[in-house]
Amino acid sequence: MSENQTQPARRFSTTQEEMPKQLAEVRVQNFEEVALGYTADLAMSEARRCLNCKKPLCVTGCPVENDIPAFLSCVVRGDFETGIQILKKTNCLPAVSGRVCPQEEQCEGVCVLHKKGAPVAIGRIERFLADWEAAQGAPKLPEKCEPTGRKVAVVGSGPAGLTVAGDLVLLGHEVTVFEALHELGGVLVYGIPEFRLPKAIVRREVEYLQSLGVKLVRDFVVGKTRSLDSLLETYDAIFIGAGAGLPWFLDVPGKNLIGVYSANEYLTRLNLMKGYRFPTMPTPIVPHHRVAVVGGGNVAMDCARSALRLGAETHIVYRRSKAELPARAEEVENAEEEGVIFDFLTLPTRILGNDQGIVIGLECVRMQLGEPDASGRRTPEPIAGSEFILDADAVICALGNSPNPLIPATTPDLAVGRKGNIVADEATGQTSKARVWAGGDVVTGAATVILAMGAGRKAARSIHEYLSSLG
Amino acid sequence: MFLIHEARMIVPNLHQITVEAPEVARSWRPGQFVVVRAEPEGERIPLSVADLDTKSGTITFVFLNVGYTTNRLASLEAGEFLPTVVGPLGNPLQLEPVKSVLLVGGCYGMGSLYPFAKAYHELGSEVIVVSEARSSFLLYWQERYRKLTSQVFCITRDGSLGLRGHVKQMEKIFEKHGTPELMIANGCNHLLQTACATVQPFGIRSLVSLNTIMIDGTGMCGVCRVTVGGETKFACVDGPYFDGQAVDWEELTLRRKSYLYQETLSTFSSSSCNHHLPARSA
Repeated sequence: MSENQTQPARRFSTTQEEMPKQLAEVRVQNFEEVALGYTADLAMSEARRCLNCKKPLCVTGCPVENDIPAFLSCVVRGDFETGIQILKKTNCLPAVSGRVCPQEEQCEGVCVLHKKGAPVAIGRIERFLADWEAAQGAPKLPEKCEPTGRKVAVVGSGPAGLTVAGDLVLLGHEVTVFEALHELGGVLVYGIPEFRLPKAIVRREVEYLQSLGVKLVRDFVVGKTRSLDSLLETYDAIFIGAGAGLPWFLDVPGKNLIGVYSANEYLTRLNLMKGYRFPTMPTPIVPHHRVAVVGGGNVAMDCARSALRLGAETHIVYRRSKAELPARAEEVENAEEEGVIFDFLTLPTRILGNDQGIVIGLECVRMQLGEPDASGRRTPEPIAGSEFILDADAVICALGNSPNPLIPATTPDLAVGRKGNIVADEATGQTSKARVWAGGDVVTGAATVILAMGAGRKAARSIHEYLSSLG
Repeated sequence: MFLIHEARMIVPNLHQITVEAPEVARSWRPGQFVVVRAEPEGERIPLSVADLDTKSGTITFVFLNVGYTTNRLASLEAGEFLPTVVGPLGNPLQLEPVKSVLLVGGCYGMGSLYPFAKAYHELGSEVIVVSEARSSFLLYWQERYRKLTSQVFCITRDGSLGLRGHVKQMEKIFEKHGTPELMIANGCNHLLQTACATVQPFGIRSLVSLNTIMIDGTGMCGVCRVTVGGETKFACVDGPYFDGQAVDWEELTLRRKSYLYQETLSTFSSSSCNHHLPARSA
């Protein structure tokens, strides 16, 4: 316990407490979690760096408006129990968001200390609190409101759906979550690898919701097994958090060769189906020698680092430069440490195959950055005559996805946008269809876990208002 | 968990399982498929639905015991459970009355066409059934088809029953009985391709259930992509039935073999005695 536990530290340090992690040369040999998390001492020491700003910018930087200074001050005092309770008021999945949020663009990006060197490592402390709570055994169940008798169906058990379910069940509504796959958690189980988000954490969160009384139905595809309209006969309100849908592939010759994967396929084989344990697990994954991952987001990093762990030399092929990489800084750093080779300013133009239809290489052209486009990012342009072939026996397309089409396709009166995304009010999540709300990737296209949780929270509030108005 | 009502081998190596899946049975329409898993932590595989009973809420599928997962499926018995039966997936076929419809099936496809025979029979269309097998002892459900139509033909490669050869022999059937308006085919890709090539000169509209690798079956992974009419389609959400005359068969055949080595490895690594137990522990 620190001697200055009652007053905020003014002698702030310009450097963060490092979070222990597995050594790069060790972790590329396993699929276990890379970051090991703060100890209580490290968390308290890091929390003490908080300046307790009068107007805490971190809170406004957080998509779910976590009361960051409040839980940090609890950590400073060593009162982790109160800290986690404060955190859970606004964030029902802190163990997840502490691990996968792009904090550098959110709370930590606007932290005053950011300009003075390094922001308070808010994400790491958040993660510490969640893991501390888990280590104390079964979590304390919060008070539930009186049953309202109202029934809500939640479509999809990803971060948006779990948030809605958690919020509404506490308000006394009867909540059923429908999941298309055989495991609950959506992208948290099929997409994000074990080494970044252990599946035990997702299971714990799901079990927690179950203990609150949320009903969970697996192997049920809303839009196929039952239509949305049919569910509306049984439920008072529906939230659609069906997530990302059809993956995008490179639109170049050779896109259907053997060894060309969508990131979704590659990651699903590995994470959901545990293909890295083939043949102990029955779903196979091919151990490639040289893998080219096309894209620069978190999903690209996940694919590259997975391929590396399966023993391949791995390249990230990205058409812009390092500064424009959309991935979380920590993941880029981890990927670099582990030996992922980055081919920046490189655009794939063709996938080459042999007579068996198997990938043997990726033809690329070098790029240079031109004028900034509408998004402010400088547009890459090909350099004439710079074509070259990257030897590769696999190409993974981590280029994003369009929203899942199954529900809009079978619900004619549900308005969709140009790209097939469900149209929903940004503040409430309400769709064009009465009693139906939506949020997360199915509305925004591929985005982050925390934005999906934020959308879920807003929708839950709006659904609750609606259900309360029914009297 | 989905309760198995009946599980048995119908002819050597071809099995039939009837499983309780009331939500699937209620929504299923001919043309749609299901994804099943045989054991906890099991692989997801797509299967055609060969029959259903909405009263008991069961669906029936027929499959060939060919690799690790179908081997697990084949070892299950009535009273046991399938951890996953999800669907119905893919698109139902728009069934409109035609003068005559030709149903061509081989292997598991022979059974998977049964719902079409029933549906077209009810629509008043003439139903012609052609079953293909290596030998007569591999034919099944012929009696069920005969109850619906008198036009039941078989082609065996050894000539032990019906015409001798492969589906190319259908030409002889057309010569004798006239040309049907529409063909619906289900079976291995080789059978589908050969059937399409055979009916092409006769101008018969061809709908085939493409046989691709799948994982989720909901459009998320894209491993089932096929080229039809020069466009990339996902068999799970755009299919599984496509215009057989527009399919890029060469690409489909190659892609189907993507995991040939792993499939062999998986089968061999599970062939020791301790794997003959009902379910494999992780």
